[in-house]
Amino acid sequence: MSLFAEHIIDLYKNPLNHGVLKHVSTSHRSFNPLCGDDISVDLLFTKSRLKDIRHRGIGCAISQASISLLSEDVKGKTVDQILKIPSEKVTQLLGVSLGPVRLKCALLGLEAIHQATLSYVKKRPHS
Amino acid sequence: MQVVKAMDQYYLKYRANIHRSLYPLSEIATTKYEAARKIIQAFIHAKSTKEIIFTRNATEAINLVAFTWGLQHLKKGDTVVLSVMEHHSNIVPWQLLRERIGIDLHFCGLTNTGRLDEMELKKVFLKKRVKLLSLVHESNVLGTINPIKRLASLAHQHGALMLVDGAQSAAHLEINVQDLGVDFYVCTGHKMCGPTGIGVLYGKEGLLNSMPPFLGGGDMIRSVSKERSTWNELPYKFEAGTPNIAGAIGLGEAVRYLQKIGMKKIHQYEMKLFQYGLPRLKKIPGIKIFGPQNFLSRGGIISFHMEGIHPHDVATFLGEKNVCVRSGNHCAEPLMRYLKIPGTTRISFYFYNTEEDIDRCISALYQLRNIFSL
Repeated sequence: MSLFAEHIIDLYKNPLNHGVLKHVSTSHRSFNPLCGDDISVDLLFTKSRLKDIRHRGIGCAISQASISLLSEDVKGKTVDQILKIPSEKVTQLLGVSLGPVRLKCALLGLEAIHQATLSYVKKRPHS
Repeated sequence: MQVVKAMDQYYLKYRANIHRSLYPLSEIATTKYEAARKIIQAFIHAKSTKEIIFTRNATEAINLVAFTWGLQHLKKGDTVVLSVMEHHSNIVPWQLLRERIGIDLHFCGLTNTGRLDEMELKKVFLKKRVKLLSLVHESNVLGTINPIKRLASLAHQHGALMLVDGAQSAAHLEINVQDLGVDFYVCTGHKMCGPTGIGVLYGKEGLLNSMPPFLGGGDMIRSVSKERSTWNELPYKFEAGTPNIAGAIGLGEAVRYLQKIGMKKIHQYEMKLFQYGLPRLKKIPGIKIFGPQNFLSRGGIISFHMEGIHPHDVATFLGEKNVCVRSGNHCAEPLMRYLKIPGTTRISFYFYNTEEDIDRCISALYQLRNIFSL
């Protein structure tokens, strides 16, 4: 299957949860210097559950589709659950097989969400 | 094919170390290695084989100059002039020197047609204590060919030396280092149909003689005692340890192959492809093309950006259609920042490309626009 499946192009043109959060628990910006993909995420946690999330930045169709799908998937999850999300989840959500270079694009959003969650944990340790 | 065959011959038939042993296989290996050096000397029209140093690649060659000539001659407050279109290999070694000894770096800007801003360059020579002008011959992003002969002369008028990054140009243009008047010229095998892991530093004999060694070890010495060692003559002074023998032999074979075609012919053919491809590319809606748009003083490289489509997606889609291009910053991040873009997609023509290849590429780009409903 081509990487340019309809759902990926659609998410690239109409991303989910795009923008900025007014009230933020934590943010992180991840950047892939090899290709210039640049993703920033804002996370809002309430009682250690993710209440809301927004993302923005520049990136290829794979990185944008990936962060869109992830942003829907993480809503309502606990800090622990978010930190446990494996790389395989991303490819599962995308529904296409990726070589090592494009895999990096796909994982950029997950890295941003993980790093943001980790800084939230450092700022506000939870049981 | 003949490059690989020549390297295989080394590994299968006479794989011995060079410059050491007296048995026949080693003699053959040494002869072939030195013959490759002679081929390269002739290819770039250097005066002597003493001026041809084998390195790992162009990056190592530039580092060699930075950490021998550079450390020896540059001091705090001296300026090395680069340009914003340089490859990282011709930026980072000088940044390392800046950290180590406090030299200044000046990055010369470009005109809006993607050429070096020579007015700015002339001003820098008047304002600063410039000791080295280090520039790319042909930009691997923009295709711009810098007027090296004129710039080397400018550098020398102001008491500066000139180093040229010929990684791209050596494979696509006829190079005559004596005519250009440059002090150092670097190139790399992997860009000229040769193997990876082999590069060349050309340096004027007088300069190389005055420079201290780069790496220390076997081959670059004449004698070693516990107290001190003495250095071997050129070019061996700068070739420490067992070199990439197969790589050098392979590079020699690659150069023979290119010489058979003829560098002038290669450049003319690339220009023909460029003149075919550029107007057709320009017709694609939403495309922005970087670099000089006429075919004077430029090579067969076209970097472009498609509105609404990330360069990575362009390269991936073209790859699915068996058209190989590169997307990204091409190891030229400062240039991307200067142009205010995250990256470009780059088409690079070579003598094995055809107009049909260009047609296939352009057709794929139109298809991609459809997929993104542009």
